Amino acid sequence: MNLKMNKIKEIWKVLENVKDPEIPAVSVVDLGIITSVETSDDNAFVVMTPTFVGCPAITIMKMQIQKQIEKLGLFNQVEVKIDFETPWTSNRISDEGKRKLKEFGLAPPPNFEGTLTMEELAKVSCPFCGSANTTLNSPFGSTLCRAIHFCYDCDQGFEQFKPI
Amino acid sequence: MNIEATKDLLYRMADDELIIGHRNSEWTGLGPILEEDIAFSSMAQDKIGHAKALYEIMHTLLGEDSPDKLAFGRKEEQYRCCHLVEHPIGEFDFSLVRHFLFDHSELLRYEMLKESSFTPLAQLSKKIFGELKYHVLHADTWMKQLANGTEESRARLQSSLNECYPLALAIFEEGDFEKEIIDSGVFTGEGVLKEKWMETIQTKAAECGLTLPADDGSEHFGGRKGYHTEHLKPMLNEMTEVFSLDPNAEW
Repeated sequence: MNLKMNKIKEIWKVLENVKDPEIPAVSVVDLGIITSVETSDDNAFVVMTPTFVGCPAITIMKMQIQKQIEKLGLFNQVEVKIDFETPWTSNRISDEGKRKLKEFGLAPPPNFEGTLTMEELAKVSCPFCGSANTTLNSPFGSTLCRAIHFCYDCDQGFEQFKPI
Repeated sequence: MNIEATKDLLYRMADDELIIGHRNSEWTGLGPILEEDIAFSSMAQDKIGHAKALYEIMHTLLGEDSPDKLAFGRKEEQYRCCHLVEHPIGEFDFSLVRHFLFDHSELLRYEMLKESSFTPLAQLSKKIFGELKYHVLHADTWMKQLANGTEESRARLQSSLNECYPLALAIFEEGDFEKEIIDSGVFTGEGVLKEKWMETIQTKAAECGLTLPADDGSEHFGGRKGYHTEHLKPMLNEMTEVFSLDPNAEW
């Protein structure tokens, strides 16, 4: 049992090395897109779920996860599966992940309960000066997961990792 | 669950997503302002992603061909999209009003499908529903903005609404297996969806001071049976041009 737990721990550790190619500051673990890590005998089985259905980075992240786990040399077979069984929501981003997003210059998504209201989509604090005096410029930004906002206090545009 | 019936529903949904997605992408580089260029391009990416995920379900669980083959390897009469999504992008007002009418139907459709008895579809629908909120937020914001803009902007919206509304009513054209789909709990049905949609659109249009055109009896049905407008073929030719060079190429 201990051996199995250790192997699972090793997998989670190397998953930290797989970064989001669109936001290299955060790993797949920070983002919460890994929904399950299991091992049986000599096999590893990882399930991931995309942030957005049309996310173009998902395939490359899947390949990198496969490679990282194979490199451990602990398993004969490594299977990485993508599914929607546990749907991703921005609430799955860890506190550490949110801190890294902010450092990267992206306003982190607020935690929300139940269904997200339209009003909550527009309520964002500026990642640069912290002001809440901001406005939503466009719900779409440079990648599928970002929206464009503007801060009236520091007079500049900024991007937000969308709550979803 | 009736496999043929479920496939028919998924083809209608996926083909709508694929075709509107491609049309949205035609705004890339041409948007009236940079944010709109980005917005329509992002929505294109979302829609094509949704189409791919639906084709993927059909491929892995219902025995259909690969998503690429389904998207690019079929003949015109095998597509099940509605006529609304086939029309060229026109001017910005046309694309905006189409986006408004279509995406409200999508938001309601996927909200209903969250309860589908076909579990993979219910799971995917939860995900897609979250993304569609941003599409609807985008449409509603611009509708309000332009309806309260100038005389010209309001007149353009009204004229596009007159053109798009009859087309949009055919989103809800039923497939051949409507009863089976409803009975098996896969989907509550086009009739219920249409009612909910009309209620939403009436409220939203009134808020914008726009009038829904009277039902002139003109029908734009046929898309769900494989009969399409003259606009679809040229679009498909362009969309499938690279794929058709070598359908079996390894990418």
